[in-house]
Amino acid sequence: MFESLSHLALQQYWWMIISVLGAMLVFMLFVQGGQTMIKTLGKTKDEQRMILNSLGRKWELTFTTLVTFGGAFFASFPLFYSTSFGGAYYVWVTILFCFVIQAVSYEYRSKPNNFLGTRTFDAFLYINGALGTILLGTAVATFFSGSEFSVNLMNITNKFNAAISRWETPFYGLEALLNYRNVALGLSVFFLARILGTLYLMNNINDENIRKRGQKQVLYNTIPFLVVFLTFVIATLLSVGFAYDPQTKVVFMEPYKYLHNLIQMPIVAASLLAGVLLVLYGIIRTILQQFYKGIWYSGLGTFLTVFALFLIAGWNKTAFYPSTFDLQHSLTIENASSSKYTLTVMSYVSLAVPFVIAYIYYAWKAIDKKKIDASDLIDKDQHIY
Amino acid sequence: MTETFDFALVNWSRGLFALTAMYHWLFVPLTLGLAYIMAIMETIYVKTGDPHWKKTTKFWMTLFGINFAIGIATGLILEFEFGTNWSNYSWFVGDIFGAPLAIEGIFAFFIESTFIAVMYFGWNKVSKKFHLLSTWLVAFGASLSALWILVANAWMQDPVGMLFNPDTARNEMGNFWEVFLSPMAINKFLHTISSAYLLASVFVIGVSAWYLLKKREVLLAKRSILVAAVFGIITAGYTIVTGDGSASLVAKNQPMKFAAFEGLYHGKTGAGLVAVGVLSQTPEDPNYEDLKEFYFKIEIPNLLSYLAFRDFNAFVPGVRDLLEGNEEHGIMAATEKIKRGKIAINALAAYQHAKEAGDNEKAAEARRVLDENFQYFGYGYFDDPKELVPSIPITFYSFHLMVALGFYFFLLMIIFLWLLYKDRLEKAKTLLRIAIFSIPLAYIASQSGWITAEVGRQPWVIQDLLPTMVAVSHINATTVQVTFWLFAVLFTTLMIAEIRIMTKQIKLGPKDEGGK
Repeated sequence: MFESLSHLALQQYWWMIISVLGAMLVFMLFVQGGQTMIKTLGKTKDEQRMILNSLGRKWELTFTTLVTFGGAFFASFPLFYSTSFGGAYYVWVTILFCFVIQAVSYEYRSKPNNFLGTRTFDAFLYINGALGTILLGTAVATFFSGSEFSVNLMNITNKFNAAISRWETPFYGLEALLNYRNVALGLSVFFLARILGTLYLMNNINDENIRKRGQKQVLYNTIPFLVVFLTFVIATLLSVGFAYDPQTKVVFMEPYKYLHNLIQMPIVAASLLAGVLLVLYGIIRTILQQFYKGIWYSGLGTFLTVFALFLIAGWNKTAFYPSTFDLQHSLTIENASSSKYTLTVMSYVSLAVPFVIAYIYYAWKAIDKKKIDASDLIDKDQHIY
Repeated sequence: MTETFDFALVNWSRGLFALTAMYHWLFVPLTLGLAYIMAIMETIYVKTGDPHWKKTTKFWMTLFGINFAIGIATGLILEFEFGTNWSNYSWFVGDIFGAPLAIEGIFAFFIESTFIAVMYFGWNKVSKKFHLLSTWLVAFGASLSALWILVANAWMQDPVGMLFNPDTARNEMGNFWEVFLSPMAINKFLHTISSAYLLASVFVIGVSAWYLLKKREVLLAKRSILVAAVFGIITAGYTIVTGDGSASLVAKNQPMKFAAFEGLYHGKTGAGLVAVGVLSQTPEDPNYEDLKEFYFKIEIPNLLSYLAFRDFNAFVPGVRDLLEGNEEHGIMAATEKIKRGKIAINALAAYQHAKEAGDNEKAAEARRVLDENFQYFGYGYFDDPKELVPSIPITFYSFHLMVALGFYFFLLMIIFLWLLYKDRLEKAKTLLRIAIFSIPLAYIASQSGWITAEVGRQPWVIQDLLPTMVAVSHINATTVQVTFWLFAVLFTTLMIAEIRIMTKQIKLGPKDEGGK
């Protein structure tokens, strides 16, 4: 089946898979957003524990999505893996640090004799929710704004100077924080995660007080979200983008490149538009009505929006990881990808993704059919964080 | 100006990876084995309906959860360190190595993370059978993730199923099944996973022994020992059998590593296996002329030859044979390999220049030379053959410690099962104390296994193709040093928290249950 596809078609297919995983990851960041809302939505110890128990059932899936996103990028576009992770070192290591401290916090926070104390583990959850989301968004924004790196495959023949990819600033990725578009996307992801986290908790916990506070918090976070998200989207669509010639492979700057991508790929444009509208629909109905299913609309909207943003970064002859140090060193889905054989093998593996989604849905449904409430905190059969 | 490697960068990068991998491997074996022990216990609960089995299962699940969390935390870093600290490696072999990592995520991690939620939160919310299935799937998912990462690791020790592409300057997968089903991959998986199951058995028996000594939770302790000892005997036996297979493969594919296992400087026909020994000195003597290999050793004659090549009189090459060559046994000298490696590297450069100049004839000639010498490619980065020798004392002692402890645990399992059968376990107080002190020994054995495999294969990240020093990212050593200490402090702090929580939970014992 996949053997008959050209290498380019496989590269495009894999960029789509990466986009799907990236979109899933941003949706799943509702866990991180929720972690920054624990004390805002829960004013009593019991309310906070219900929130923690609700988020604690899902955090591993977000974590797994992040790991799979990284693994899939490694398998399909290894030159990105080696260039970005080995170059924007400080940013990625800080992101990893944020996720390491999250991994133990749910399980350890309320256990007796936990060495660091509950407050420390709760602070870890907050740091993961805030810094983790902002830095992830900032790192992804460099797909549109570029980074200062160089790539020379033949360095491997130079014994003392063998590094193929080099970061050309001494700041190893932190310089991305000086670009307002990068920061705008970072903050967009942060506020969106808080909105999604609140919507999820309003849906998953049957508690009047949490839901009332949630309604207000959705509004409070939507205002800054719209400001930073629109700043990023408008600035990006009006910016000069990184295009390449499919014949000569020469990378060049093209005014309104990302806007052109939307126009030239109307299905992607429709996905972006539908995504934004669904996010807003979920938010607005939650704010105006006693509506607790906003997470499904805004969640699907988030998926479609992020999916479209990834696609306009890599499809349609666009350099998805541009080098501002030397344009010709930019990474495209053609020059950064794995071989045709590996992409073919991995494409068969990707057929498992719908099956994975199906059993996740089934398992979630089984344990979420009863909403969390105060009775869960005294049930001896329950695992309590 | 003399060009040199930045060895501070290489060493700190190695240190960071070793730190992460060793911390990761402190926690993962217990997760892998305990998951199956819990699943067996829950199966008995579902079959018998005895609520005490549920209580027992849930007690071990509490310890599992504490351990699982920190295993995940350290595992995340490990995956991304291939990019952050070993970027050249990521490109040079990413076409092959990335696939198992992605498959691990898609197939294994999602099973684990989805069904662990059902396992912890699904009691009384899903049917007993679905809950049991979830526990088995957590166990299966954990082992499946180990499969893929070990396939990747085995490939680094024995690179098969690939072709070098000079246009992209990297190795590309040529046959997925050769990578997945290579004998090294199968053996490495079976040996590593069975040793992890064994560690979990020792842990369960040790904790249960503490309860028996304290005369607490006697039924839980006896039942746990029964399950763990049976599981432990099977897995210990399997660890020994696969360990033998693993050593035999190393002898064929990584002879220098095998020589380091045994501290074998001078090759021998009918070589004996060192059961116990103390090495006399490190291999700094350039000619190995005055080397007395051991101050003291107890050797089993001819056994090493048999274990390596299934022939009591086979020749096992020593370090000196591998460095200086041995015509009689058809072993090429390291200097010749280095020469051919340099020819291969230069041919790659010539190929690229010829392609850029549009000279197809020169490019074809360079390609031919490259293909002829490619199997020695990695040797071209060395000048001194001595650099090809791993640390023999570290490899030798860690290997022997691992083997000795493996046999010890096998014996321990048999004794425990026998005394349990005779109902004399509670009176065997010394043995119960030994079982408690065997828990750290199981971790020492497990770490020794990792050190044997990873230190023993130095200086290679990819055997014969890519040396460690060429695989590192282009960052400064201070940056990596800062990262090392950051994670050293973090992991140590979390480990202290984990041990304190775990011991407290053991002291507290199982909780009362909320129904059948």
